[in-house]
Amino acid sequence: MTEVTELSRPEGEAPGTKEVLLNLGPQHPSTHGVLRLVLELDGEYVTRVDPHIGYLHRGTEKLAESFTYTQIFPLTDRLDYVCPPSNNLAFALAVEKLLGIEAPIRAQYIRVLMAELARISGHLLITGALPMDLGAMTALLYAMREREMIMDLLEMVTGARMHTSFCRVGGVREDLPEGFLPKIREFCDIFPNRIRDYERLLEDNRVFLKRTRGVGVIAPEDAIDLGLSGPNLRASGVDWDIRRDEPYEIYDRLDFNVITRKEGDCYARWRCRVEEMRESLRIIEQCLDQMPEGPFQIDMPTIAFPVDKDRVHCSMEALIQHFDLSAYGFKVPKGEVYSAIEAPKGELGFYIISDGSPKPFRMKVRAPSFVNLQALFGVTNARYLADMIAVLGSLDPVMAEVDK
Amino acid sequence: MSAETPLNRAPIMERFGEAIEDIGFTHGVHAFVAPPDIIVELCRFLKEHPALQFNFLSDICGVDHYPEAPRYEVVYHLYSLPNKWRIRIKCRLGDPPRVPSVTEVWRTANWHEREAWDMYGIRFEGHPDLRRIYMWEGFEGFPQRKDFPLRGYRDELNPFGAEGPRPTQPDLATRDIPTGGRVTPET
Repeated sequence: MTEVTELSRPEGEAPGTKEVLLNLGPQHPSTHGVLRLVLELDGEYVTRVDPHIGYLHRGTEKLAESFTYTQIFPLTDRLDYVCPPSNNLAFALAVEKLLGIEAPIRAQYIRVLMAELARISGHLLITGALPMDLGAMTALLYAMREREMIMDLLEMVTGARMHTSFCRVGGVREDLPEGFLPKIREFCDIFPNRIRDYERLLEDNRVFLKRTRGVGVIAPEDAIDLGLSGPNLRASGVDWDIRRDEPYEIYDRLDFNVITRKEGDCYARWRCRVEEMRESLRIIEQCLDQMPEGPFQIDMPTIAFPVDKDRVHCSMEALIQHFDLSAYGFKVPKGEVYSAIEAPKGELGFYIISDGSPKPFRMKVRAPSFVNLQALFGVTNARYLADMIAVLGSLDPVMAEVDK
Repeated sequence: MSAETPLNRAPIMERFGEAIEDIGFTHGVHAFVAPPDIIVELCRFLKEHPALQFNFLSDICGVDHYPEAPRYEVVYHLYSLPNKWRIRIKCRLGDPPRVPSVTEVWRTANWHEREAWDMYGIRFEGHPDLRRIYMWEGFEGFPQRKDFPLRGYRDELNPFGAEGPRPTQPDLATRDIPTGGRVTPET
């Protein structure tokens, strides 16, 4: 904590220089995308920050109003593009709640497996990217090596590395392919040692510690007030994880710890993510052990394409239904739902108002990065400009999700 | 998934029973309809009451019910970290839509309200810095309103936009919006 006061300007001291207005971004590598920060500088101290966002605004919510529910899945991929399976899952759960259905157990296990793989992939990126922002390039290169393994696994299952669109309302698109289990087991064997490697690279790195410890401290009450969620909130000592507190899918059958830290600084946020990767790995292993055989999609021809294609080939009614489903989508009962999951970045919520048609009347995305980015107001006053980069990196915003 | 213990509604209904309407529990969320003039008082009460403690503001969402009247709606989603309850407060607004800001209750409301202003033109009174957040300054219209075409209006930059005059929006004038916290270069 002593470092905090060192960094702040002594009280009452008049600024020795004229205040300068500085534009950081929108094209700047350490803003993690197209984020523009208008900074008011007093010497090297940041006195005011004004984030300008919207450079990546694609109008996801407006577009969703003219898409059928199945067509919206690719849109959700493009929110937090680092971990699309989580976004797919959040949206599928919201629609399933409105429909009053649940995916088969095997599908739920597959979804959770994919979501946790995505969480590791997202956390890996920031585990490496935060040190890179602070000048330690090595960790990112190693993190990318492991992230590539996850990309290969995702590609094996979904056919895509980034935009997976793998979930469907009532299940997943396909069953796990042959040869997937040995590959993911291999990953599970290798990965714990690799996490240890990242820690060894950075936890005793004096430069990294000096740049992150005691920097950008967010008190627990401030964190709640600012609406932080996910690892950013837990790093401030608030013990809240939607996976445990409002269990969805099969999370209540799994045994995992919720990682919290007390310090609330950049290092704690980084550390939280590193340790969460271990827990995600445990979840993946449990999923693999517990996963039952069975259907991967709900057996409701009005909502999901039939697994058994012979029905479509042999029956006129089934063919019509199949055509109807592909061309017009399915109708969702009138009502509204707010469904939130613990995405890698925090609480990812979908608020859907349905008017009974195959397209949502209103879809609102509660994007965790959008809210987390606001915490810049809470921590950066009277700090060095260089600390701003550390704070921004540790909050881990993905601009595609901020801008929707 | 619902929480194990149901929401304790007694304190809310006792204090606001006449003003708000309970519209029931669906999909894990308790929903209430409230008039706009009590929204700040209601939010502060929900946040600070020791038996409720809705200390986490999940989301503020603007809705356009065009052509219904009243046309607009603001939906608040609150979460109680200690009790693990979710609550939804729906607030219908006429045209032009105005509602008091809850930024004094939760700081996180700031950007949510800016988004609703940007997309729907809902004026949050008392907001310290109500500016557009996604669209650029000088953009005309509120893109997520139902009468705003999906592809925008045709002009020299947007050859695919819809033809026709833009609807007149009397509340477009933004001059009386306070700009506290806004960084402007000194001249």
